[in-house]
Amino acid sequence: MSSITLTASASANAARRGNLLGRRLLILGTWLAFMLFLLLPLLVVLGEALKQGLGTFLGAIFEADALSALKLTLLAVGISVPLNLLFGVAAAWCVSKYQFRGKSLLVTLIDLPFSVSPVIAGLVYVLLFGAQGLFGEWLQEHDIQIVFALPGIVLATLFVTLPFVARELIPLMQEQGTQEEEAARLLGAGGWQMFWHVTRPNIQWALIYGVVLCSARAMGEFGAVSVVSGHIRGYTNTLPLHVEILYNEYNHVAAFSVASLLLLLALLILLLKQWSESRINRLKAGAGEE
Amino acid sequence: MSIRRFALAALAGALLAGPAAAQTLLNVSYDPTRELYSEFNAAFNKHWQAQGNDAVTIQQSHGGSGKQARAVIDGLRADVVTLALAGDIDELYKLGKLIPENWQERLPQASTPYTSTIVFLVRKGNPKGIEDWDDLVKPGVEVITPNPKTSGGARWNFLAAWAYAQQKFGSEAKAQEFVAKLYQNVPVLDTGARGSTITFVNNQIGDVLLAWENEAFLALKEEGGNNFEIVAPSLSILAEPPVAVVDKNVDKKGTREVAEAYLDYLYSEEGQRIAAQNFYRPRNPAVAAEFAEQFPALKLLTIDQDFGGWQAAQPKFFNDGGVFDRIYQAQ
Repeated sequence: MSSITLTASASANAARRGNLLGRRLLILGTWLAFMLFLLLPLLVVLGEALKQGLGTFLGAIFEADALSALKLTLLAVGISVPLNLLFGVAAAWCVSKYQFRGKSLLVTLIDLPFSVSPVIAGLVYVLLFGAQGLFGEWLQEHDIQIVFALPGIVLATLFVTLPFVARELIPLMQEQGTQEEEAARLLGAGGWQMFWHVTRPNIQWALIYGVVLCSARAMGEFGAVSVVSGHIRGYTNTLPLHVEILYNEYNHVAAFSVASLLLLLALLILLLKQWSESRINRLKAGAGEE
Repeated sequence: MSIRRFALAALAGALLAGPAAAQTLLNVSYDPTRELYSEFNAAFNKHWQAQGNDAVTIQQSHGGSGKQARAVIDGLRADVVTLALAGDIDELYKLGKLIPENWQERLPQASTPYTSTIVFLVRKGNPKGIEDWDDLVKPGVEVITPNPKTSGGARWNFLAAWAYAQQKFGSEAKAQEFVAKLYQNVPVLDTGARGSTITFVNNQIGDVLLAWENEAFLALKEEGGNNFEIVAPSLSILAEPPVAVVDKNVDKKGTREVAEAYLDYLYSEEGQRIAAQNFYRPRNPAVAAEFAEQFPALKLLTIDQDFGGWQAAQPKFFNDGGVFDRIYQAQ
């Protein structure tokens, strides 16, 4: 009898050892893939940027066209992200708190920018607002410039980042249901009071997470913005477009310097994301204990 | 938080709108002229101010010539266009009515202040022994050239190859066969000339780059340029990149005077010298003589005499269903 237990536990040990080996291999493989495909290229970018010393690196970043590209990028992010925040909250609210026809269609359509190629997103605005476009003549008569200027860049950015906030909020708000809001209503809270004191605390960290993702994408968008930018140096080039221009001008060090500036912004955003994620998890764990 | 962001955005907007009061001039150009115009713009500004005018802010946009023309038609507010070929500027008249039909008669030499031609750029030591157009159709030779649909340089490349084959074989059918064979050796079509140069020079793809002469010289000048050599074929085409004031835009913005002065200055001795220093062939005979040694002497056909002008060549070769579509689809 005891010998049987012994063999059983021995084979279990062997199985565990096998599992352990598999686990280690998988972890090792993941790390290797991560280093090869993500870390290495990033290090190359930094290495190229610093190849001619810190002075050249900083010179490229503080050059007038690069600064104006940075300014334009932050401006486009600063306008499109708050607008997407409003849209995301409104859309998630509709979908999770109300019942109406065509709801699932709406949820599907919110994801449209994920599946449409950014180039098409850009071209759509050229076809609508370009001089030969649907509203082109009217816009020209009133001297309003949309494509090849800031409004076009913001519109294109808005389009590609539309789903981010809504996508974060919808599942969370659906899970939470409407009970708390109903209770608030019964206790006499107004609409804004209810939103601010009941809904907002529940969704706040998911909201921040969505905004962070949205900002990251808005900052890095290339395709759609490229179509509507017009590529005027120092005026309508965002950071990603500026990187391409510098690269095409054989200006490698400057291209990689500006690229690492983008990288730095991305890392900053990643930290923000990590922080908001941990807050969400803590909130969830807290909810579980109650 | 969003309110603070809005305030920030508004502030940034105000900052951005601030310096717009001075006169600005937007030059929408094609790919390889970046270095030329960054030098020329500074020289023009000095000249313009010396005549008692305020400094003018000159903005530049570069890209494939066809793509740039498209953007101007779609509403990019160019004061002047300096594109790779007359056919692209013709579109500004045809599709956008932005300029008059006779735009090319408004400046000397059919509005072409400088010219260039198409040469070959090969790797050091010319390992594939590429000397003339015939060598480009040999099996195993990879040719880099951009897409004629979007790039002006690519259309000059195409026509230069065509002109050579037509002279050699004496018939259009044979010329088409030759060019079709050449394009079978092209592994990638970039949208603009600069993209193709980067593909060839930096990404190390291909055995020979069909390039603007100025672009080829520039590549030699850049870092790592001694890894390449220029080969001049026995026959090529006189590439004539023209310039034009975009009437509809300058009249709206009130910039006609400075825009016309800008283009006139390209014909001045200093403008011509800057062009030559950036490896464009100058029109001014005195400046041309000064730089004669820089440019290889080769037999050059012209678009007007040998192809009946862009008005005829564009639809025949490059529009939808034209020769290029037929040979490229056939692959």
